[in-house]
Amino acid sequence: MTAPRTLYDKIWDDHVVHTSEDGTCLLYIDRHLVHEVTSPQAFEGLRMTGRRVRAPEKTIAVPDHNVPTTLDRANAATMTEDSRIQVEALDRNAKDFGINYYPVSDVRQGIVHIVGPEQGWTLPGMTVVCGDSHTATHGAFGALAHGIGTSEVEHVLATQTLIQKKSKNMKVEITGSLRPGVTAKDITLSVIGATGTAGGTGHVIEYCGQAIRELSMEGRMTVCNMAIEGGARAGLIAPDEKTFAYCMGRPHAPKGAKWEAALAYWKTLFTDEGAHFDKVITIKGEDIAPVVTWGTSPEDVLPITGTVPAASDFTGGKVEAAQRSLDYMGLTPGMKLTDIRIDTVFIGSCTNGRIEDLRAAAAILKGKKIKDGLRAMVVPGSGLVRAQAEEEGLAQIFIDAGMEWRLAGCSMCLAMNPDQLAPGERCAATSNRNFEGRQGRGGRTHLMSPAMAAAAAITGHLTDVREMMGISA
Amino acid sequence: MDKFTTLTGVAAPMPLVNIDTDMIIPKQFLKTIQRSGLGKNLFDEMRFTQDGAEIPSFVLNQPAYRRAQILVAGENFGCGSSREHAPWALLDFGIRCVISTSFADIFFNNCFKNGILPVVLPQEAVDHLMDDARKGENARIAVDLQAQTVTAADGTVFAFEVDAFKKHCLLNGLDDIGLTMEKASAIDSYEAKNATLRPWA
Repeated sequence: MTAPRTLYDKIWDDHVVHTSEDGTCLLYIDRHLVHEVTSPQAFEGLRMTGRRVRAPEKTIAVPDHNVPTTLDRANAATMTEDSRIQVEALDRNAKDFGINYYPVSDVRQGIVHIVGPEQGWTLPGMTVVCGDSHTATHGAFGALAHGIGTSEVEHVLATQTLIQKKSKNMKVEITGSLRPGVTAKDITLSVIGATGTAGGTGHVIEYCGQAIRELSMEGRMTVCNMAIEGGARAGLIAPDEKTFAYCMGRPHAPKGAKWEAALAYWKTLFTDEGAHFDKVITIKGEDIAPVVTWGTSPEDVLPITGTVPAASDFTGGKVEAAQRSLDYMGLTPGMKLTDIRIDTVFIGSCTNGRIEDLRAAAAILKGKKIKDGLRAMVVPGSGLVRAQAEEEGLAQIFIDAGMEWRLAGCSMCLAMNPDQLAPGERCAATSNRNFEGRQGRGGRTHLMSPAMAAAAAITGHLTDVREMMGISA
Repeated sequence: MDKFTTLTGVAAPMPLVNIDTDMIIPKQFLKTIQRSGLGKNLFDEMRFTQDGAEIPSFVLNQPAYRRAQILVAGENFGCGSSREHAPWALLDFGIRCVISTSFADIFFNNCFKNGILPVVLPQEAVDHLMDDARKGENARIAVDLQAQTVTAADGTVFAFEVDAFKKHCLLNGLDDIGLTMEKASAIDSYEAKNATLRPWA
């Protein structure tokens, strides 16, 4: 009898092409997602060496980082020249190498990590890579998914494999149920707050427990998306009936007998009783509050009921980092988080740009107006999310509230397109990184859930969404 | 890729923890379709004002460190975005080795693809080398990949671990795509087997 295996062990074992004497493995890649920023040098490398894309049918490209999200983006003048060159390079590379492509003009275009699952490219038990750290998102399907650099993008294009050493297994269990007003974003931020941004380094995290099971697929994607902010190579959630229901009928999901065969295999994808984890973290679901970040690292997480810490509250190298964060963020230790005034609200990104996120924000904003003078934008994760939100009346709620309703893209999550913060501008954001300058040089980012960002948009300061929902903290 | 064998030089001290790849190379410089030329924008927002003037207090603007080839850095160096532009910028500036207590996974891998050696050492060793780095030209650090050692200015030797395959590639400047393509028959048989076992994939 074979030893009990984790979900990660099982997916890994099923993808090993070759193992060298020193344990280095060649791992087969089922799906390779490509965007315009981290791929041009890789395609150029193929051209220079006369290599082809080994499996173009398993390679999917979509421009997302640079593309403007304003309604006039069909006009090339809305893009800077260097952005346009990058997008055009992807257009050309997709055509020359014969890979699946969703150009800017396609309604299915969107953020690569939203398009992949939406189109059924991402399926349980697969290996998925992309030249983007938030590839971890796809782990929500029980797929082993992680970000790679451009050299590795070229390696996968040429060989459909990656040279890998196996990571360690880490279990993050969220027991019980979440309290009202608490969401997947609060789970994933709270885990990072507890483990630190290097807590998962060298590990693949499997998220499990009742609170994870109770999440929708959208929520699970939010949780896995930020595994990278916890330092992990990948995040995984075992597939279940919700996963299968989400996948069924998607354009690139299997059909008929292939679906049945796939389903039988997918049902074997769980961690065996007694399998070994190198590290285990357990958090009670009921202990998780709506949280926000105060600093410039995703580990700088506090419940919204808290106060800004002082550098002296920390130890080691974190003291200097915390002081630097406080200075950058323009915050005074001891002030209530709910007293932090904001200038801007950004709802979107591969973390929180899916339909459920927009529904959560719209539920808070319905019939309300955003604070006078505030800038607020809602950027759906894909053209299809946008269409669905319009059909459900969510878009009208945002527009009536005074928010900008944009086209799909990465937008202000990393501010490579014109959606940027000005120096000193403070933003309530549903994205994934609060690094210095992330949303624009000198910009100040507070990360939170879509519901919390919507609440902040109404009041103009960081706000406990539970008060608006009539729930006591 | 250039080989990495030995390196003796000035190390720049960057004790800040969690230095992310957005700091190493901000997003506005990712709009290139080339690998070269990023050194002038390395640590751009820490190194230059918005008008492009040097910020004198930033370590790489100080006379002793303008040609540093080594960085000694705080824990979790290279976290965040997968952008390989980060090691490209370091390399283009002239940095060939980064020493820290820990690195983020993707950045760590990216270094090896570009002839940069990331060295992981315990806190005491990094503290010792950080003190050397603070002395600039007066305390050069020696790195020997073959021997897997870092030698401090006072002669103290710190041994480090490195993956055998990565070491081999770095010592010889090897293109790993070429090495993998030699295993094409193994990939062919995997694909053939997979077509039966998991035809939907």
